Amino acid sequence: MIEMQQVKKTYPNGVTALNGIDINIDPGEFVYLVGQSGAGKSTFIKLIFREEIASSGQIRVNNRDLLEMKWKDVPLLRREIGVVYQDFKLLPKMTVYENVAFALEVVEESPRQIRKRVMEVLDQVGLKNKARFIPDELSGGEQQRVAIARAMANYPKLLIADEPTGNLDPDTSWEIMKILEEINGTGTTIIMATHSKEIVNTIKRRVIAVEGGLIVRDQHRGEYGYEV
Amino acid sequence: MAMKFRTLKRHFKEGLKNSWRNSWMTLASVAAVTTTLLLVAVFLALVFNLNHIASGLEEDVQIKVLVDQTANEEEMEELSEELEGLDNVESVVFSSRDEEWQDLMTSMGDQGEAWGLFEQDNPLNDAFVVTAEEPQDTVAIANVIIEDFDYVERVNYGQDFVQNLFTFNNYARIVGAVLIIALVFTAIFLISNTIKITIIARRKEIEIMKLVGATNWFIRWPFFVEGLLLGILGSILPIAVLFTGYYYIDQNMSAVNQFDFVQLLPFTPFVWQLAGLILLIGAVIGVWGSVMSVRKFLKV
Ligand SMILES: Nc1ncnc2c1ncn2[C@@H]1O[C@H](COP(=O)(O)OP(=O)(O)OP(=O)(O)O)[C@@H](O)[C@H]1O
Ligand SMILES: [Mg+2]
Repeated sequence: MIEMQQVKKTYPNGVTALNGIDINIDPGEFVYLVGQSGAGKSTFIKLIFREEIASSGQIRVNNRDLLEMKWKDVPLLRREIGVVYQDFKLLPKMTVYENVAFALEVVEESPRQIRKRVMEVLDQVGLKNKARFIPDELSGGEQQRVAIARAMANYPKLLIADEPTGNLDPDTSWEIMKILEEINGTGTTIIMATHSKEIVNTIKRRVIAVEGGLIVRDQHRGEYGYEV
Repeated sequence: MAMKFRTLKRHFKEGLKNSWRNSWMTLASVAAVTTTLLLVAVFLALVFNLNHIASGLEEDVQIKVLVDQTANEEEMEELSEELEGLDNVESVVFSSRDEEWQDLMTSMGDQGEAWGLFEQDNPLNDAFVVTAEEPQDTVAIANVIIEDFDYVERVNYGQDFVQNLFTFNNYARIVGAVLIIALVFTAIFLISNTIKITIIARRKEIEIMKLVGATNWFIRWPFFVEGLLLGILGSILPIAVLFTGYYYIDQNMSAVNQFDFVQLLPFTPFVWQLAGLILLIGAVIGVWGSVMSVRKFLKV
């Protein structure tokens, strides 16, 4: 699913965020990305999504070569990947329904397909009855569920989440984790950057620890490993 | 870039919705287009008409070759053949000194009759009237005649007038073109900056569209529609002004105009064609300005 070889990323301001990453992530895996603030987790995620381009090395995602990739193919890559952020990134003036439908309009789905699929994913995250609400009328956890529904709308094979529970209280975080686990259960690969020791140590999955732009640990059913 | 019809419909809806939502921006941009197009319309009407008048005059430019009074018939025949043998010459017409005298009298009107008394002392020369195939060649042909031909006393072709006319005409064209281009680019710049202000508000929307895999064209289209609308709205007033203004001038010109060589381009089809051109320029300004304003936000 994801292969990286000697991936380096230096930002235009001279900061080297990643300094030689080698990794393989197989389809269906659930991977935690841990490490101190500034370690390079978000950068790692942005490279997969091609929000940033690696300075050197090799990246393959869904059999696409991200360094050789043409600009016009970037949207195609993004349609195969769902993304979820700490700050939800919902459009405040649109309803829950419209926020999710947006992702399908962009890929020119038919109105009938859109209606069907939006209700399907809203059901999946338990928000079918709040389709007409606007984000401001929802709790943080509910907003994050809308974001997850939007990310799933296009049937992505890969879901990447950058601190999806970062803005949520513990109870709500567990709800989100439950949904992510369910999604992973249907075969979708999940990569999740997190600072939550409780989550990593409770729901045991593969843990990749990043420090100073390098992978310092890669464990199946690993531990968070840092003191909070 | 095949697009489904419903997508096109969506882009139009979005474009119109955005123009409506940002009505102040729309108004400001329309004002910018209107001002530009008003100036462009006046300039174009002026340049096209100047061009028209000038080429009318150019057509009339002829070379009058005055024959040496001492030349006999044979020599005159020889000159005639030589003139006809010149390159780029359309016609050579002989005009005897008596005909020249008559022409002069006619052109002097009432005064001419008084001069009629002196007909026996006609001081004029026999002449050949030479017309160039291309008016621009007039000067060159005249020079050849002066330098290389015998039995020629003098050559008249309104030397300064012709030269000045060509020069003025060229300048008018160049200056007009430069001004119009400058105006158009100023308007594009103004619009792109006005729209950019409203994009800041739409930035998040664009960012999310990119996240979910929208192509750049998908994002650009509503802006394209918006620009088109701005351009069309902006050209309404200039076109109205063009129609009424030109009609008014045209009417008054033909009422007062005794110089039949100053002919304006006829209202139909000229004004219609110019209106079409103005609309086109308006659309280009609007679309270009609008699409340019999103450019920066499409990276990533
Ligand atoms: N757009 C950018 N331009 C320049 N430097 C950047 C940019 N984004 C990140 N960096 C730098 O790259 C390094 C890694 O940042 P990154 O955001 O990947 O860390 P992180 O592990 O996600 O941190 P956190 O846990 O705080 O989110 C940091 O030193 C950061 O300052
Ligand atoms: Mg981060």
